[in-house]
Amino acid sequence: MKSRSLVSINDYTKEEILKILNIAAEFEAKPEPELLNGKVISTLFYEPSTRTRLSFESAVSRLGGRIVGFTDSSSSSVSKGESLKDTIMTVSNYSDLIILRHPLEGSALYASEVSRVPVVNAGDGANQHPTQTLLDLYSILKTQGTLENLNIFLVGDLKYGRTVHSLLMAMSHFNTTFNFISPKELQMPDEYKLYLNELGLKYYEHSDFTEIISRADIIYMTRVQRERFSDPMEYEKVKNIYVLRYAMLENTKANLKILHPLPRVNEIHQDVDKSEKAYYFTQALNGVYTRQAIIASILGLK
Amino acid sequence: MRDVKQLSVSGIKNGTVIDHIPAKNLFKVISILGLEKFDNRITFGTNLESKKLGRKAIIKVAGKTFVDDDVNRIALVAPEAKLNIINNYKVVEKYNVEVPKEIIGIARCVNPKCITNHEQIITRFTVIPGNEIALKCRYCEKITDQEHLNIR
Repeated sequence: MKSRSLVSINDYTKEEILKILNIAAEFEAKPEPELLNGKVISTLFYEPSTRTRLSFESAVSRLGGRIVGFTDSSSSSVSKGESLKDTIMTVSNYSDLIILRHPLEGSALYASEVSRVPVVNAGDGANQHPTQTLLDLYSILKTQGTLENLNIFLVGDLKYGRTVHSLLMAMSHFNTTFNFISPKELQMPDEYKLYLNELGLKYYEHSDFTEIISRADIIYMTRVQRERFSDPMEYEKVKNIYVLRYAMLENTKANLKILHPLPRVNEIHQDVDKSEKAYYFTQALNGVYTRQAIIASILGLK
Repeated sequence: MRDVKQLSVSGIKNGTVIDHIPAKNLFKVISILGLEKFDNRITFGTNLESKKLGRKAIIKVAGKTFVDDDVNRIALVAPEAKLNIINNYKVVEKYNVEVPKEIIGIARCVNPKCITNHEQIITRFTVIPGNEIALKCRYCEKITDQEHLNIR
């Protein structure tokens, strides 16, 4: 993985994914505040994503690295009309690795093609966000003790949600059983179901999950957005079905954990926060260890 | 005996005849092959009757044979096209176009949020097999189907 850009979760094999998760566990157990001494990391955020940026910057800072970059494109030469290519070519002179967040799809792959230093994709529009997927995997591994043979519930917007698509692709290495719970308008696209068919993995589709929730090892919640519905009536009908409440957790497995990429709006009721099965805030902390592992591995330090 | 007047328009001594082009895509084929920049004599006819295509077009390029890669790029807009290589007024070789595995720098990605529509990037698509040509963008991974195919 040394010197290789990370653009899509599909860039990593199963073994490489497991290697990153191992390194993340090492960082969690034993911080290494000197590891990135003398290294400069660029964070180029063409759109604001405070959570992701802070997570990356925290990861670099806790390893002793320095950060240069911008936090939104209006304060940089981009606002003067500089092309992405020129910005990347220039910035790759100033840093050992570039972390890029960009609203256009495919921007990270393009940046990795023109950059002299590796690029880590921190989200390219609706396309890919591989570090999110790796931190999701780390959270699953940490809470379940394994990634193999789990029953994963993906809930909410399964049509447009890039995080659930990437998670599905990554978990397909581990003999996962999938339960897709979504309104009809927002079902998992056929291409992913065909992919699971090819691999011989089991999946089930539901429009409600109160009946089956007791089978879940992991519930991965996403938000059902009003603007995804062409008919507002349809949204009104389904909006409460995909809200997780404390009372629903009564007969669930002891090892169940609830994940969410955050920010949440109302799809997980705040009363769930008191349950020890609520894991979404720790999941965000895991993002720091996972991103440390990704950066250290690409820089050849781990 | 052939009519000499007609021969000067429709016959070529040496070169290539591209037949069975859908009439509506004639100018796209011309543009893909870059014929507007050629100095060779080129004749074309369009809105000719065709049992298979309804209306077809035909292009004759004197003194030029195309390499496979050049020609296969027109498969995007003329998948039924047939090429006849002419030598001394005779057809010496015939072949059909084949859809290539990758399309580089011809088509435009249908996704308005794709980076290739915002920066000067040579587009790259993998061709998804099937009856209708569909292209998967290397960059944004979205699929451009026949209906939305745009040649740049």
